[in-house]
Amino acid sequence: MSSSYPIQIDATVHDPALQKAVYTATGRLMDMRRNAVALVPQFEELRNHANAVKRHTIGHLDHYLELVERNVEAHGGEVVFAQDSTEVADFILTLAKQKGAKLFVKSKSMTTEEIHLNSRLEAHQLEAVETDLGEYILQLADERPYHIIAPALHYTRHDVARIFEKKLGRTETEPSDQAMIARAVLRQKFLDADIGITGANFVIADSGAVVVVENEGNARLTHSAPKIHIAIAGIEKIIPRAQDLAVFLALLGRSATGQAMSVYTSFVSGPRRTGEVDGPDEFYLILLDNGRTKVLADEAKRQSLYCIRCGACLNHCPVYRKIGGHNYPWIYSGPIGAILTPQFHGIDHDPWLPFASSLCGACAEVCPVKIDIPRVLLELRRDVIESKTAAGANKLERMVFRMWAWAMKRPHMYERLGKMAAIGAPRGDAKTGWIKDLPGFLAPGPVAGWLQERDLPRPAAHSFRELWRERQKKKGPAT
Amino acid sequence: MPRRVSLFVTCIVDQLFPPVGLAIADVLERKGCEVEFLEAQTCCAQPAFNSGYRDEAREVARHFIETFRDAEYVIAASGSCCTMVSHHYEDLFAGDAHMLKEAHRLSARTFEFSAFLTDILNVDDFGARYDGVVTYHDSCHALRELGIKNGPRRLLSKVRGLTLKEMPAAEECCGFGGTFSVKFASVSGAMARTKIDSIESTGAGAVVSIDSSCLMQLRGALLRAGSEIKTLHLAEVLASR
Repeated sequence: MSSSYPIQIDATVHDPALQKAVYTATGRLMDMRRNAVALVPQFEELRNHANAVKRHTIGHLDHYLELVERNVEAHGGEVVFAQDSTEVADFILTLAKQKGAKLFVKSKSMTTEEIHLNSRLEAHQLEAVETDLGEYILQLADERPYHIIAPALHYTRHDVARIFEKKLGRTETEPSDQAMIARAVLRQKFLDADIGITGANFVIADSGAVVVVENEGNARLTHSAPKIHIAIAGIEKIIPRAQDLAVFLALLGRSATGQAMSVYTSFVSGPRRTGEVDGPDEFYLILLDNGRTKVLADEAKRQSLYCIRCGACLNHCPVYRKIGGHNYPWIYSGPIGAILTPQFHGIDHDPWLPFASSLCGACAEVCPVKIDIPRVLLELRRDVIESKTAAGANKLERMVFRMWAWAMKRPHMYERLGKMAAIGAPRGDAKTGWIKDLPGFLAPGPVAGWLQERDLPRPAAHSFRELWRERQKKKGPAT
Repeated sequence: MPRRVSLFVTCIVDQLFPPVGLAIADVLERKGCEVEFLEAQTCCAQPAFNSGYRDEAREVARHFIETFRDAEYVIAASGSCCTMVSHHYEDLFAGDAHMLKEAHRLSARTFEFSAFLTDILNVDDFGARYDGVVTYHDSCHALRELGIKNGPRRLLSKVRGLTLKEMPAAEECCGFGGTFSVKFASVSGAMARTKIDSIESTGAGAVVSIDSSCLMQLRGALLRAGSEIKTLHLAEVLASR
C-alpha cells in the first residue's frame, strides 16, 4: 500500500500543451452544458426525480434483475449473469468458437474497458475493432480512455494525424478528413464482423430493452449489422420502466455535451423477429457484477452506483482539469473515478485517491443523478485512515492528529502554542512580511509543500484573542 | 433590541489574520449587535474530519459545541468553517442521540458572517468606503453548501467608491482544500495560478472573499507570482471608511 500519489501528476501539471488541451476541451463542455441546462427550467426537478428512481432501483436491484431476465427472454434474447471479467470472456470465447466468429466490432463501452475485453479477445487470435472515432484513435495509439465520454479528449488534431500516419499511413490534419479515413476503414469492418458488442446506457426492466445512446451511428451499426449482438451492462444500469427514460435522456445529453438529445438513441429488445428485415439473429445481454454488489452493501456509499456516465463531474472538476484522465489509477477518472475505484479495488489499493480533492463540490453541483461525491470522498477518507490505523501504517500522522486534538481541547495550551509559533517563526520578506523560503530543517513536509508553490504567512505577532482583550479593556468594563 | 452575537473567528483568523476578526466585530457593532468572544474556542475540527480522523475530529467538535452551547447567534468568519459546524457535525455525532441534538441546535444558530448581515440583520449598507476596483471570489463551501452567492456582491455594491468587476469562472476553486494544498502541492499551485489568471483579467486591485483560507492561498500565490493585487476579507472592506 502506497500513500504517495503518482509522480506523473507533477509532469502533467507542468506540460503546457496538455494543460491547454484539457482545460480548453473541458471548458467547452462546461459551457455547452450550462447553455443547455439554462433552457430547461425544471432541470433541478429532473435531477431530483432521477435520484429518486436510482435510489429505488438500486435498493431493489434483486427484484429488477429478475424482471430484466424474464422480459429479455420473452423477446427471444438470452441474459447472462457474469461475476467478473473472466466469466464474461469465457462466455464470449465459447460463443465465438461455437459460431466460428473471428471479427468483433465494438461501440464505446466503459464496462468493456473495465474488464479489458479487447486484450482478452486478442489473446485468442480474435480481432476486436473499436468503432467510436475517439475509441478507434485510442485503440490505434494503444491507450486507455482519457475521459468517460470523450476518450481522446487530450489529443489535438495534430496528435491524431501522427497516430494515423504511423498506423494507417495517412497524414491529414483536418478532423473531417480524419473522420472520413476512419469511416472508410470501419465501414468494411461492420460488413465483415461476426459479432457486435455494445455497452448499454440503460437497461429497462419492464420492457426488457437495452438503450444505447451515441452520436456517431456506429453503435447502431454495431448492434444491427452482425448476425450476433452482445450487450454488456453493469447491473446498476437498470431502470424500472420505459417511462422513466424520458427523465434520464433529458439529463444525460445535456449533462454530457449540452445536447438536448444525443444524435442516436437505440432501443434494442431482442433479436430480429419473424417478418422483420433488420437486426441480428441472436441477442445476448451480459449483466456484469465485477464488484458492484460489494458497493451495494454500504448504505452511505451505495449512491456511487447511481452514475449514468455523463462525464460532467470530470469536466467541472478543477483537479481533473489539472491532472487529466491518465493519472487516475483506473479507467474511471475524475470525481466519479475517485469514488468508484477504491470501492471496486479495495480501500488499500490507491489510498491517496480519495484525498486528491479540494472538496470544492463542483462535481455534486452538476451530477445529473445528484451523487453527493464530496460526502462519499469523506467517507472513503475515513475508511483509508481506519485501514491504515489497523495496519499501523500512519503512526506519525495519527500522532500529530492526536496531539492536535489534545491541544485544541485546551484553549490555554492552544494559545501558548500559537504564541510560541509567533515568536519562533522566521522573519518574513521585508516588504510583504510573508515567508518566501525556509531551510530544509525548518520546513517539515507540509510547510515545504506549501512553500513549493506559495509564500507562507507568518503567525500574527498578536493573535485575535490578544487584540480582543486589548479592545475590550479600552472600551471599559464589560456591561 | 440589540442582538447578542458570539464571534467564531476560526483558528486561521485568530492566529494568522486577526484584523479580519476585529473588522467583523466593528461591522456588527455598527448595527447595534452586542458582540462577545468566547475565549474557550479553538478550531472547528475540519482539518481532522477532512483528513479521515473522525475520532479526533469528534473530540474537538464536542469542545466546540460545549463552548458555544449558550450563544444566541454564532457568527463564523469563514464559510468553510461554518459548514463544518452546520453541515458536518451531524455526521460526526450520528451515533450519539444527545450530541446529535446539540449539534443540530448549534447548527440552527450558526451563520456565516455575510449571510448573517443579509439574511438575519437584513442590512446591506454599512456606510463603508473603499476606493478601487475589486473582484469577488466565491469560496466553494459558502457557495455550494450554504448557497451564498448574491449576498456578498450586494454588500459590496453598497460600498462607496468601490467598483465590483466579475472575473471569469468566479466559482472555480482556488485550490486550497486544507491539507490538499500541501499533500498535492503542485496541483493546488496550478489551480491557484489559473484562479489568479482570472483575477488579473479583471484589472482589479484586490480580490475579496469571505474565507481567509482561500485568501491565504491566493495571497501566497499572488506574492509568489510577484503580483501587486491585494487580498481582502469582505469584513475588512465593510469596516473601512
